[in-house]
Amino acid sequence: MISQFFVLSQRGDNIVFRDYRGEVAKGSAEIFFRKVKFWKEDGQEEAPPVFNVDGVNYFHVKVVGLLFVATTRVNVSPSLVLELLQRIARVIKDYLGVLSEDSLRKNFVLVYELLDEVIDFGYVQTTSTEVLKSYVFNEPIVVDAARLQPLGPAAIFMQGTKRMPGTAVTKSVVANEPGGRKREEVFVDIIEKISVTFSSSGYILTSEIDGTIQMKSYLSGNPEIRLALNEDLSIGRGGTVYDYRSSSGSGAVILDDCNFHESVRLDSFDMDRTLSLVPPDGEFPVMNYRMTQEFKPPFRINCLIEEAGQLKAEVIIKVRAEFPSNITANTIAVQMPLPKYTTRASFELEPGAVGQRTDFKEANKKLEWGLKKIVGGSEHTLRAKLTFSQESHANLTKEAGPVSMTFTIPMYNVSRLQVKYLQIAKKSSSYNPYRWVRYVTQANSYVARI
Amino acid sequence: MAPPAQSQRSPSPSQPSGKSEVSDLKLQLRQLAGSRAPGVDDSKRELFKKVISYMTIGIDVSSLFGEMVMCSATSDIVLKKMCYLYVGNYAKVNPDLALLTINFLQRDCRDEDPMIRGLALRSLCSLRVANLVEYLVGPLGSGLKDSNSYVRMVAVMGVLKLYHISASTCIDADFPSILKHLMLHDSDTQVVANCLSALQEIWSAEASTSEEASREREALISKPFIYYLLNRIKEFCEWAQCLVLELVTKYVPSDSSEIFDIMNLLEDRLQHANGAVVLATIRVFLQLTLSMTDVHQQVYERIKAPLLTLVSSGSPEQSYAVLSHLHLLVMRAPYVFSSDYKHFYCQYNEPSYVKRLKLEMLTAVANESNTYEIVTELCEYAANVDIPIARESIRAVGKIALQQYDVNAIVDRLLQFLEMEKDYVTAEALVLVKDLLRKYPQWSHDCIAVVGNISSKNVQEPKAKAALIWMLGEYSQDMQDAPYVLESLVENWDEEHSAEVRLHLLTAMMKCFFKRPPETQSALGAALAAGIADFHQDVHDRALFYYRILRYNVSVAERVVNPPKQAVSVFADTQSSEIKDRIFDEFNSLSVLYQKPSYMFTDKEHRGPLEFADELGNLSIGEAANNVVPTQMVEENDKDLLLTTSEKEETKGSRNNGSAYSVPYDGSSTSVFASQTQIESAVSNPTLAGHSPQASFAIDDLLGLGIPAAPAVLSPPQLKLNTKAALDPSTFQQKWRQLPVALSQEISVSPQGVAALTAPQALLRHMQSHSIHCIASGGQSPNFKFFFFAQKFEESSNYLVECVINTSSAKAQVKIKADDQNTSQDFSTLFESALSKFGTS
Repeated sequence: MISQFFVLSQRGDNIVFRDYRGEVAKGSAEIFFRKVKFWKEDGQEEAPPVFNVDGVNYFHVKVVGLLFVATTRVNVSPSLVLELLQRIARVIKDYLGVLSEDSLRKNFVLVYELLDEVIDFGYVQTTSTEVLKSYVFNEPIVVDAARLQPLGPAAIFMQGTKRMPGTAVTKSVVANEPGGRKREEVFVDIIEKISVTFSSSGYILTSEIDGTIQMKSYLSGNPEIRLALNEDLSIGRGGTVYDYRSSSGSGAVILDDCNFHESVRLDSFDMDRTLSLVPPDGEFPVMNYRMTQEFKPPFRINCLIEEAGQLKAEVIIKVRAEFPSNITANTIAVQMPLPKYTTRASFELEPGAVGQRTDFKEANKKLEWGLKKIVGGSEHTLRAKLTFSQESHANLTKEAGPVSMTFTIPMYNVSRLQVKYLQIAKKSSSYNPYRWVRYVTQANSYVARI
Repeated sequence: MAPPAQSQRSPSPSQPSGKSEVSDLKLQLRQLAGSRAPGVDDSKRELFKKVISYMTIGIDVSSLFGEMVMCSATSDIVLKKMCYLYVGNYAKVNPDLALLTINFLQRDCRDEDPMIRGLALRSLCSLRVANLVEYLVGPLGSGLKDSNSYVRMVAVMGVLKLYHISASTCIDADFPSILKHLMLHDSDTQVVANCLSALQEIWSAEASTSEEASREREALISKPFIYYLLNRIKEFCEWAQCLVLELVTKYVPSDSSEIFDIMNLLEDRLQHANGAVVLATIRVFLQLTLSMTDVHQQVYERIKAPLLTLVSSGSPEQSYAVLSHLHLLVMRAPYVFSSDYKHFYCQYNEPSYVKRLKLEMLTAVANESNTYEIVTELCEYAANVDIPIARESIRAVGKIALQQYDVNAIVDRLLQFLEMEKDYVTAEALVLVKDLLRKYPQWSHDCIAVVGNISSKNVQEPKAKAALIWMLGEYSQDMQDAPYVLESLVENWDEEHSAEVRLHLLTAMMKCFFKRPPETQSALGAALAAGIADFHQDVHDRALFYYRILRYNVSVAERVVNPPKQAVSVFADTQSSEIKDRIFDEFNSLSVLYQKPSYMFTDKEHRGPLEFADELGNLSIGEAANNVVPTQMVEENDKDLLLTTSEKEETKGSRNNGSAYSVPYDGSSTSVFASQTQIESAVSNPTLAGHSPQASFAIDDLLGLGIPAAPAVLSPPQLKLNTKAALDPSTFQQKWRQLPVALSQEISVSPQGVAALTAPQALLRHMQSHSIHCIASGGQSPNFKFFFFAQKFEESSNYLVECVINTSSAKAQVKIKADDQNTSQDFSTLFESALSKFGTS
């Protein structure tokens, strides 16, 4: 049970504010914002998603730079409230197409309409985009998606690849297309976030894949959909002990664990690994999965730091792409903390390098190396000459690193989990909606120690 | 139309902000009110939007109330909704004008469109104006009978709203029983769920005054009703499922086959993508199996994978909420998770609050087989750019060292930290090495060799400096230049800002002096002189004490300041196991995230400050009390708290009292036993020496604490109390309401009493030895609250006491009520005498 819900902009302005029970004083938004902004005096630490000030519990989630906040005085389930806040953000996005400060401000009356139906007197009524459709009457005012920060994992498809219809992910579930009729289509995205830690000698210390099969349906008449996954897919490892030597090479995909959206029926899952569901409107995760099975990391990172004379050192970072050459990774960023007493860094890129940029962040003593794209099979090197303000006594490798990396690789997934087919059960020969099955791999925490 | 961005952050009436705009709007609204021109609805929409946007950013637009209501005569549903929103917001401050809206809302409640009916009914109930409740009863009554489920859904919540505005109107209209009927028979699950929410609130609030309500509330956790809900659970939406699961947690099955039935039924809920559903299910599983050790253990194994999946999917906020629960389980049963330690490794981009939880988990799961890898990982974090986390990582290494038997390798790592030449790393490592030496004195040779190389000039942090000085004093016979290092520290006495460091320096000088007198004597003199001249009270006192005891007799001084030490076996845990149990009982709530039980952070009207005296209090209540599970107690609010025990009498089940958890603790992490060095405790707490009250009072006097010998002054009480008195909480509560206050007074509590009152339980035990029994207690330092009762010997005459103790003022506010008013003074004397002995026996 919650007492209030509000959305604050980055500057702390109320964009919407709804008081459901009148138990928490009006100034709560300001109290909240001040607390979040100045959590620790040094500003170093982030405020946790839930905290208590004078008997009022504040919950918040950050979505596209906005703060979605709920307050309550009672001891509720934090998961429920945080999940709800996230869900409200998603429902709003389903309606507005794009979730941003601008679109929220333009559509705040519609958002109030939604909020009235989602929560009554603090109790959740429904968060189903479909059910809500019959209660919401405002037409969304669609904002131009192109110049906005996209939201959510699916938004990554908008970068770089022309194969994806970029506007689809920012299409409102209620707004009509300019042409009048809506396009019948369904998107299935297999999004994998990978975490890998390499030891200083290049061994994999830990690795994990956190995957989601995300669906967004614009199909009319709620047809049933069947999704077939790898036939040899198995779930549950014997214990969760890591073992990187076993099962390499064999084709089976072994998930540690997974969970499903409530619309998913698993009647034949055990037999033929198919999921059947009637997709609700809007965006939702069909299935989340977790895998610690060995996989081939898409990038190998080599890093060397050594003294090069008095008050000087050299850093060499090599990144090798270990995926097929028909695949291209984009928006790659490599970061490395340098010794605190570094005053200057001069960079040397390989000859003929394009679309690369380097930077030394003076404030937090960080080296940054950005690459627009990396083609599979290629290797890139960065050399940096560092100047120190004082002589270092200790081992340089203890003063710098680790190297971390972020990237996005469209049309590639490391787990080899696949959607073999996507069947729409609607008996009409003329009915042939667009089906998009897309894969993407992203770095979650990709770290090489030095 | 967007709300004006970034204008008035804190609008106050005195500010002119928005004033002219508001009067402008007023004018425009007036013009449109009567207009029937085509397109007028569109212009109204624009105006209404403007009004709502002002409302959102906090500009007071309540002065437009009349105009808004006039404009509301429309068939445009968007307009209607905006108007409802506005009216709901301002009706409370404009009760007179709110009356204007009743008319059109009531009319809309009879509209043929169920949507309009529902919306109007919701707005009508949201006005929150007390003198308009009479207009609610009719529309609510027909709303509950509406053929459309949306209207019924709204009406049910409307009943709850009405209850909060005027409970008597709601009860008089017999709405609760209509809700009950709907709950059992409605075909729409959301209607059922809303009925359940509403009735839980209403009956809980009523239960303290109405027997019937408390019976009804109890019926919610009866077998037929729970089964009715469980059998339909998949028809409920995910949020309502959470509600049902929460209720199931309170249900006590009659036998183990029932438990397994429920668990099998709910098994697939663990695969739900919504973390709230999974956690609610886990709570049911954990509660159901509390008394079945083996199954409980299996539950831990079963829920591991789903929890880990939830932690790694979803937003960082959601994953934090789940991780906190995983943290709780790991701390309770570390061995179950010892092979999953890699999941608790920190990722560089995680926020500090996540890393901190993970570090604690890593510390907890460390055992013989994984320690090496965990410590290696933790050492990586020591060089982390995030300095607070680096520090905690080092502390974690230290904690692991203190809980392991084979610390060989870890000591090496710690010593490597000292060589890393990062000031914060050195500082943390010094503190750890000190603690390590207190537990494992056998490592002193390896450690002091390294510590000896550290220049005290490189150590600035008080805690680290104090640790270094302690080691210099303690091992001065083995460290060549200890006297000289200490001497140089004494020379810089005035520059040392931390009193803690100066205190340590004095003691270290003394220890060093006993071992190497010729080298230390002059420096000791300088230290004592500087100490006696110190402006800090403690430093001054300690220096003077050392000086006097040295003058009295040097060998006595050595026995006092530097006696042979016993190694510390276990350092005290910061949180009592009772608190931990309580948090566990409140699984899937904020208690887990805050790591404190709910009574510590919820305020009075939302949770009573009282908890049951579940240890000794229950014994006096009798058999029934043994079945009380703390979860239920803390769920209740202030007044009806006392009722739960009696309610549970019928629900005796497989559970025994709340503390009988089948998951054993890792002894080292929860034991509160700490063996202090003898002399330190003897010096700091002389009262421990005395076992009889007389003895300790004698010492008090000796120390000049000026305690009046209270027990001696009080005349022996005439009144005899029944040592085996029994009173059930509901009788207590009833009596407490009925009886007048016989006596009300303030009693001083002795300093020993205050010192002993670290937790309510200490006092309960004490009072029970005086035949005064506790029925409920609660609070935390400095405010504790107790309800006691006593019975006259061989008579059923009761005394009831409310006692609020403030430990900082050392005063107790006591209210006494008695069946027999004539003896209340005697009882009061007895009570005072009993209380005054607290902490002294």
